[in-house]
Amino acid sequence: MSQIIKDNTEKKKLKNVFVEGAISPDFIGTSIAKHQIKTTIGAHNIFLGQVRADDIDGKRVAAIEYTAYQEMANQKFYEIREQAFEKFDLTCMHIYHSIGKVYAGEVCLFVFVSSSRRKVVFEALEYIVEAIKADVPVFGKEMFEDDSYQWKENN
Amino acid sequence: MQLTIKYFGMLTEATKHTEERMHTNTCSVLELVEKLKNQYPELKDKDFKVAVNHQLVSDDYLINNEAEIALLPPFAGG
Repeated sequence: MSQIIKDNTEKKKLKNVFVEGAISPDFIGTSIAKHQIKTTIGAHNIFLGQVRADDIDGKRVAAIEYTAYQEMANQKFYEIREQAFEKFDLTCMHIYHSIGKVYAGEVCLFVFVSSSRRKVVFEALEYIVEAIKADVPVFGKEMFEDDSYQWKENN
Repeated sequence: MQLTIKYFGMLTEATKHTEERMHTNTCSVLELVEKLKNQYPELKDKDFKVAVNHQLVSDDYLINNEAEIALLPPFAGG
C-alpha cells in the first residue's frame, strides 16, 4: 500500500529527464533491480534508443550531440507521463534521455514501464516512445568521423 | 514590449545566437517571425515551429510583454 502511494506522488513531480552523455547498461540494470521489491508488477517493458553508425553520402556517423530546450522538454515529458498514466494501467514509469555527446552503439533513450499485466506495457511503451519522438524539443547533431556534421530530424 | 528569444539546433547557426532580448511593438507570432527573417536572412529557408512560454503556438497567436519565445527546428529526440 505504501508503495502505491509513493508511485502516485512521484508521477506528479516535474523532474529532470536529462542525463549527461550515454545511459550506461549498469544504470539500466540497477533500475531493473530496484523494481524487484515492487511485487504487484507482473510485466516490465523497456525501450532503449541506440545511436546508429549510419552511412550518409560515404561518411559514417560517429556520435550524436544532443541539445534541448530543457524547460519545455521536461514539461513535455511530464505531460506524456501524465497522459500515459491516464490511458494505461501502469504501476510505474521512468524516462531518461541523454544530453551532450553519445557515441555510436551507446544508449541515448531509456523508457521503462511496468504493470501487473503484459498487454498494458506493450501498448504503453509504443505510445510513450512515439510521443517523445514527435513532441519533445530535443535536437541532434550527427557528427561524422571526419568531424563534419549534419542536423538530425525525426520522421 | 520586451521579449526573450531563444534559438535551438541549426537555428543557432543561422542567427549566430542562442538567446537575445528584443524590444518590439505588440505583434503576432507571424509578425515576429517576419521581423526575425528580415534580421536573419538565413532563417528564410529553415523549417521551424514557435513556442511561447513553453507551448507551441500558431501564427496568429498574440505575444505578450516579457514572453519567452523559442524557435524550434525539427525534433530529433530518442
